Amino acid sequence: MSASPSLRNRIANQVRDIPRSGIRDFFDIVSTMKDVISLGIGEPDFDTPWHVRESTVFSLERGATHYTSNLGYLELRKALSKYVSKTFGAEYNPDNEILVTVGVSEALDIALRALINPGDEVLFHEPCYVSYRATILFAHGVPVAVETKAENGFRLTRAMLEAKVTPKTKVLMLNFPNNPTGGIMSRQDLEDIAAFARERDLIVITDEIYGELTYDTAHTSIVSLPGMKERTIFLHGFSKAWAMTGFRLGYACAPAELTDAMMKIHQYTMLCASSLAQKAAIEALVRPDVDVGEMVAEYRRRRNYIASAFQEMGLECHRPLGAFYAFPSVAKFKIPAKEFAIRLLHEEKVAVVPGTAFGDCGEGFVRCAYATSLDNIKEAMVRLRRFIGRL
Amino acid sequence: MDELLKILEGNALESRATIAKMLNLPAAEVDQRIADYEKRGVIRGYQAILNEDQLDLDKVTAVIEVKVTPQREGGFDTIAERISKFPEVRSAYLMSGSYDLLLFVEGRNLREVAAFVSERLSSLEGVISTSTHFMLKTYKRLGVLMHSDSKDERLTVSP
Repeated sequence: MSASPSLRNRIANQVRDIPRSGIRDFFDIVSTMKDVISLGIGEPDFDTPWHVRESTVFSLERGATHYTSNLGYLELRKALSKYVSKTFGAEYNPDNEILVTVGVSEALDIALRALINPGDEVLFHEPCYVSYRATILFAHGVPVAVETKAENGFRLTRAMLEAKVTPKTKVLMLNFPNNPTGGIMSRQDLEDIAAFARERDLIVITDEIYGELTYDTAHTSIVSLPGMKERTIFLHGFSKAWAMTGFRLGYACAPAELTDAMMKIHQYTMLCASSLAQKAAIEALVRPDVDVGEMVAEYRRRRNYIASAFQEMGLECHRPLGAFYAFPSVAKFKIPAKEFAIRLLHEEKVAVVPGTAFGDCGEGFVRCAYATSLDNIKEAMVRLRRFIGRL
Repeated sequence: MDELLKILEGNALESRATIAKMLNLPAAEVDQRIADYEKRGVIRGYQAILNEDQLDLDKVTAVIEVKVTPQREGGFDTIAERISKFPEVRSAYLMSGSYDLLLFVEGRNLREVAAFVSERLSSLEGVISTSTHFMLKTYKRLGVLMHSDSKDERLTVSP
């Protein structure tokens, strides 16, 4: 970060003005320390299922090392079409309504860039994944944050959106199950939001990367509700449910016109997603029930454990219902979340992420990922309890 | 399968308090259910999974395929149970395919296992033939890899 002032002035405004991710700053601190138990990792601790890895090696040997179709291998798009229909309840034509991307991150970027004219407003709910605000800004959109609340289970309501919508609002972004809160939306909740989107004629971008990871009730996708598929870009990928983060493989499903618009950006910037990652994804879709089911069962046990441990130590936390994050409140200790996290790190060598990394309204909360072994979680809870006993 | 059994299969030493938290149950109920499984014989015991290759033991293991004549009353069970009672036999299974019983037999050395096969096993009434294979190295046992180091390659904090 030693750019001279003159070079700094050359950087595009919307890039220069965006701060680095708070996660990145915190990572820099944690990575200087040894023997830290990290509840700060936003990716599964499981290995990618072995049949997926083994099959990827075979694909490499077979020479699957060339460009693929811009949209992605047709075989993969066909498999995705089946999977999305079965799991999320929406039918997409593999020929022109599914685009395979480099993770959901790319899918989100091109979805926004395909839709936004400078000045268009994008509604999104905070606390949220670290990239949303920045990605909207990179697309020259105007981010309009809607704050979700712990007392509400971090759900989004129509009233919250009504308070922020304007004639310039073009897009509504959703992410449930939610990172960092672990909040989910019921079908009824989503019906209200869907009605709002239809009445206001908004395009919905729904990031359902954690869609498989719910623990008490089945996930509902907004795209399965009447009249929504035609105004929704559905984003999903393999990182979380299949523990394939490093493969960087996601996809967008949308009506053909929108898919085609996204494809233009994708084709000129990425060309195609990695051929090997696509082969891996084809194999991952062979037996999702088994691969994902085992991991979900284990996450559920850890979720139960961590929720119960918080309760025992008097740490207030809404019950996490999805993803693999708990988002307890540390407001009662009267110190900023960042200070809480830094002191916990230095005094007890436990890493959690301050809620402010996920938006200003994350103040007073910390994110604890339970995508780590039960032994780690157990020890982290012992240390956390000791720490808050001293505060 | 009951999730409680699944947890115990993974780690039988997991404390009752932890299991109770994971399953959202009172600890007393976990105790009760485990006691019940033990009483009913569903849980037959608890063992450590050892990597014996690290222990330099005077021990060999043979896998033995056995062809037998099923008996008129009792079928394969009578002869299989008779064979299973030998302490040298650590595991015994009835199989489909070209032989009937698969045994895992342990002895201090090759000669001891050979003696067991020729003197005790083959001479049993109903045993038609045996085929013995000695184990050389263990890569995985009871679902546990014997040669993996589980290093966490992930970044310590990520979004």
